[in-house]
Amino acid sequence: MISILISFWENVLIALRALAQNKLRAVLTTLGIIIGVLTVVSVASIIAGLNEGFSSQISALGSNTLFVHKYPWIIKDDFFKYRNRPDITMKDAEYLIKHSKLAESIAPAVGTSRDIKFRNNSLADIGVAGVTMEHELIEGYTIADGRYFSQTEIDHDKSSCVIGWEIKEKLFKEQHPIGERIKIGDVSYTVIGVMDKRGSLLGHNLDSEVYVPIGTIFKNFGAHRSIRILIRVPSAEMINEVKDEIRFLLRVSRKLKPQEEDNFSINQQEMLTDMYKQLTGGLYTAAFGIGTLSLLVGGIGIMNIMLVSVAERRKEIGIRKALGAKRRAITSQFIIESIIICSIGGIIAIFFSFLISLVIDKVTPFPSSVPIWSVFMGLGFSTCVGLFFGIYPARQAAKLDPIECLRYE
Amino acid sequence: MQHLIHLEKITKTYKIGTIEVHALRGVDLDIQSNEYISIMGPSGSGKSTLMNIIGCLDTPTSGSYFLDDELVSTMDDNKLAEVRNRKIGFVFQTFNLLPRATALHNVELPLIYSGIHASNRKTIAEEALEKVSLSDRKNHRPNELSGGQRQRVAIARALVNNPSLILADEPTGNLDSTTGKEIMTVFDDLHKAGNTIILVTHEKEVAQHADRIVHILDGNIAEDIQVNNS
Repeated sequence: MISILISFWENVLIALRALAQNKLRAVLTTLGIIIGVLTVVSVASIIAGLNEGFSSQISALGSNTLFVHKYPWIIKDDFFKYRNRPDITMKDAEYLIKHSKLAESIAPAVGTSRDIKFRNNSLADIGVAGVTMEHELIEGYTIADGRYFSQTEIDHDKSSCVIGWEIKEKLFKEQHPIGERIKIGDVSYTVIGVMDKRGSLLGHNLDSEVYVPIGTIFKNFGAHRSIRILIRVPSAEMINEVKDEIRFLLRVSRKLKPQEEDNFSINQQEMLTDMYKQLTGGLYTAAFGIGTLSLLVGGIGIMNIMLVSVAERRKEIGIRKALGAKRRAITSQFIIESIIICSIGGIIAIFFSFLISLVIDKVTPFPSSVPIWSVFMGLGFSTCVGLFFGIYPARQAAKLDPIECLRYE
Repeated sequence: MQHLIHLEKITKTYKIGTIEVHALRGVDLDIQSNEYISIMGPSGSGKSTLMNIIGCLDTPTSGSYFLDDELVSTMDDNKLAEVRNRKIGFVFQTFNLLPRATALHNVELPLIYSGIHASNRKTIAEEALEKVSLSDRKNHRPNELSGGQRQRVAIARALVNNPSLILADEPTGNLDSTTGKEIMTVFDDLHKAGNTIILVTHEKEVAQHADRIVHILDGNIAEDIQVNNS
């Protein structure tokens, strides 16, 4: 065992000495390896960064919230199939509120968009959501300034509104918004509250929204619209149970026959997570494909250069054999050299991966960090390529006839 | 009587295309320990083939070769490598040093392949370099050494594993006559110190250093004479 270790170290020294003689060639040879490892590690770090961003965003949706919509979030088949569904109405929401025993709270909401105006300042196409008391609780936002709606305001369709952080900044600048009247479309609303900064959810800016009592949407902007119903589940484990209950209740209230399909959709965060996983899974597959291909090409390059190296160093091989090197000694010498070339390629690639990841993190809006497993995997792969593609040339070297080799000049 | 080398009816036949070339045609040769022997012959005589077989770099087509009472003519590649490593020290016409390695590392090579630990290796190799008076050049590379110095490094390398025999193939062939003479005195001294030396050469002057001269011609021993060197 000890002698194996010694000869291993000896071979590493021999290989390093030989490589030092041909630095440029060694680096050029590893280009394929570098590209392969770089692709895999970079994609892994980008995805790791996306994961972090995605999971923090998606958790804002809440893993214990169900969303009843007319349309499913992800439509894989014909869109028109869903278009003919009846709208989700306040009647549905009221039925659920009345009959659901498992849901913690149920909040209907409806969205539209309007230009909003305060004196001479106006903002175009701002999301306006009609909400109820439970909305604040379910979405979990807090009020920075002023207050949230009262039950009376909701019940009596009062023209009050709660505005997002960014709306306040843009519309009111230095002025105090509470108590001021703004125009939403053509209708006047009194600002009663400003929300705390919330950030964005899947590209949707939550700080650029205005909330009004749900009834005022129907009254002021038209009653024919499909609403969404947010349902808070007591705990994430109960989500399927609650989902079943909601489905059952909606089918009953809509008088669907057993053979009829649902004419509503119950969406949940998991659907987005699943889609996201599929998406990143695809990315990984592509990266592994490119990585494997480059490693293969790189490996063939390594094999080629090792064959050249063996041919060039026939004299050396002859000398070593004459002095008593067994086949195994020659084989391991060249395999270790091949492994070292590839490992150097792997190390270079990982160095650049960190660089790329840093640039992405600083320059693009996406966070990015190199996951440690990808470093080991990159190194592991490059080492394996060196081993695999080094075997053939090394065996060729070991088989050479010492007399022939010594004659070689 | 025990022989260091015992060759019995050694033949070697090469096939070049369909033509068979008989390089050796049944050589019988015995060499004792501590002999100083020259093998002479013109090119194409089979002298190199004989040297390769004695040096365990090649195996005969037929016949038996005993080295230190061990039958080596039927050994495989790896066994032969081991025998070369332990029992034979080579000195070549073109020195055959590793160009990128220092003198010391070159001398260490046989020790590496016999699995000797790095720290011992260095001491043993330094001792061998001292024997050829090259201690002060141990960290030089071959291209920083003169021809004579290179050949001394090669001799140190041949000595380092305490081999049973030193096999020198035209050791002065690439040296000027003065340096050649110096190298020959090194061999003479090694012989006096108890080493067995086989010189392969076509130069009479070099061959004369030995106590015994074997002439090879057309694959056979043509002449085997004792020389009186006193």
